Amino acid sequence: MRFVDKERAFRVLLFLCAIVTVAFVGVIIIYLFVAGIPAIKEIGLRDFLFGTEWRPESQTPQFGILPFILTSVYGTVGAILLGVPLGVLCAVFIAKIAPRSIRSMLKTTVELLAGIPSVVFGLIGMTVLVPFVQRVFNLPSGANLFSSIIVLSVMILPSVVNVSENALRSVPKEYELGSLALGANRVETALRVSMPAAKSGIAASIVLGVGRSIGETMAVMMVSGNVANMPSLFKSVRYLTTAVSGEMSYSSGLHRKALFSIALVLLLFLLIINLSFKLLIRQDKK
Amino acid sequence: MRLAAVLLSFCLLLVGCGSGSKTLTVEGSTSVEQVLGFLTEGYEQETGNRVNFNPTGSSAGIEAVLEGRCDIGVVSRELTAEETEKLHYIPIAVDTIVLVVNPKNSIYDLNSEDIASIFKGEVTNWKHFGGEDRPIVPIGRESGSGTRDVFESATGTKGECQYVQELTSAGDIITAVSVNENAIGYTSLEAVKGSVKVLTFNGTEPTEENIKSGKYTLNRRFSLVVSASRQLPQNNREFLEFATSSRGAYYIELAGAVAVGKESQQ
Repeated sequence: MRFVDKERAFRVLLFLCAIVTVAFVGVIIIYLFVAGIPAIKEIGLRDFLFGTEWRPESQTPQFGILPFILTSVYGTVGAILLGVPLGVLCAVFIAKIAPRSIRSMLKTTVELLAGIPSVVFGLIGMTVLVPFVQRVFNLPSGANLFSSIIVLSVMILPSVVNVSENALRSVPKEYELGSLALGANRVETALRVSMPAAKSGIAASIVLGVGRSIGETMAVMMVSGNVANMPSLFKSVRYLTTAVSGEMSYSSGLHRKALFSIALVLLLFLLIINLSFKLLIRQDKK
Repeated sequence: MRLAAVLLSFCLLLVGCGSGSKTLTVEGSTSVEQVLGFLTEGYEQETGNRVNFNPTGSSAGIEAVLEGRCDIGVVSRELTAEETEKLHYIPIAVDTIVLVVNPKNSIYDLNSEDIASIFKGEVTNWKHFGGEDRPIVPIGRESGSGTRDVFESATGTKGECQYVQELTSAGDIITAVSVNENAIGYTSLEAVKGSVKVLTFNGTEPTEENIKSGKYTLNRRFSLVVSASRQLPQNNREFLEFATSSRGAYYIELAGAVAVGKESQQ
């Protein structure tokens, strides 16, 4: 009797844990919707999403967030273009080609990179990368979209490498042995057999990378310049995240509600990206 | 069973840690951070109570007091008409804003028109002022900053500044200017260490003499704000009294600002 009761109690406990976790996410989503919709209604969806001027404190306030949306999109795309190939190929090397001794050292180093706080990236970016970019490209100032893309791609590397590496190692040995038996060498096997087989894991690592870079605030705040311009590679830009964090503390009234709307837009971006990746993977499996 | 006992005793231990000395939280201007640091250390030494400071910016501090999230706000600018109705404004120090450029910049003085033309984006090269042929990179603070508000009002550039970079603390501005030879920024005098060059304004150097005599005009007051409608708790009142007394003035002057509290005025 006692044994069955204990088991039931634990099942209830596990269920409660799951409920609480889901509830956190649910509450956040509901709160963002409730707090973010009013400003969008007041400003007008078109003016909000496609307006190009963000002047919340002027005489005739404007709340167009297109510059932020485009900056976040370009920044994330740039970080993915730089970080994913680098990360995935690094993962291939760690998982398939590196000798055992180097493998553990590499893994530890990458995991260490994952643990470095964003503010440290921001600080190093501000004192080392920004002056470097300024000198190399002969610009007035190195704090721009380009510098923030570089910082972001370094920040998503650990996630991409770790998850891709796990995915690659879980590829059934038979695939690789079969390929080697048919005459392919180790590199060909790794690139033409293991990688496609680990596709869904690598896609998951990309989603993780996108999530990290779209949500990054501290590091980009120190290297991107933070002026609300329409983005171009060497111009000072502001991301959706820094737009919220830079002004949230002192804003009031419609301005503050508009910042919640920006947060809502961020959330929707993430949801759309997650859903579309899920759909892509499901299509491939057919 | 054992696990529950361990957890319970751990929680009790944490509860015990809070009481003992009273901790005060103040919030506001990042420029005042250094002066406030000296003041709160002095307060702690004399009374044993701790003061925590949340550097979020002048306007953020005001919002926090108005919304009841904290009792004492710290600001580095004057209040707007709207804010004056709801808050008591208690000045404790006079601070100086200085213009800073990179040590490699050959310029050493600028007047108000020069500054206005630089920050409005009208002049974009240092050679216009006799410097090298390099682009000018104006760096400023975020919109809610007290420093920015005072700087723009004093130079007549309110609402018209075109910055190349906007940063959120006095320290960040100094770092950014120290790594960029083309940059010019503004910040609080106490925050300046050795990494940037301080310019003279309208030919006047920001020395203590010039500040006290009023010759150097880029000044502003550091003040504490409290709600005009809410009753202030005992420990907050004690801190306010300390800040405006001659004991507080000693620590404020130690930090490099000029104290103007009620009892410390000569």
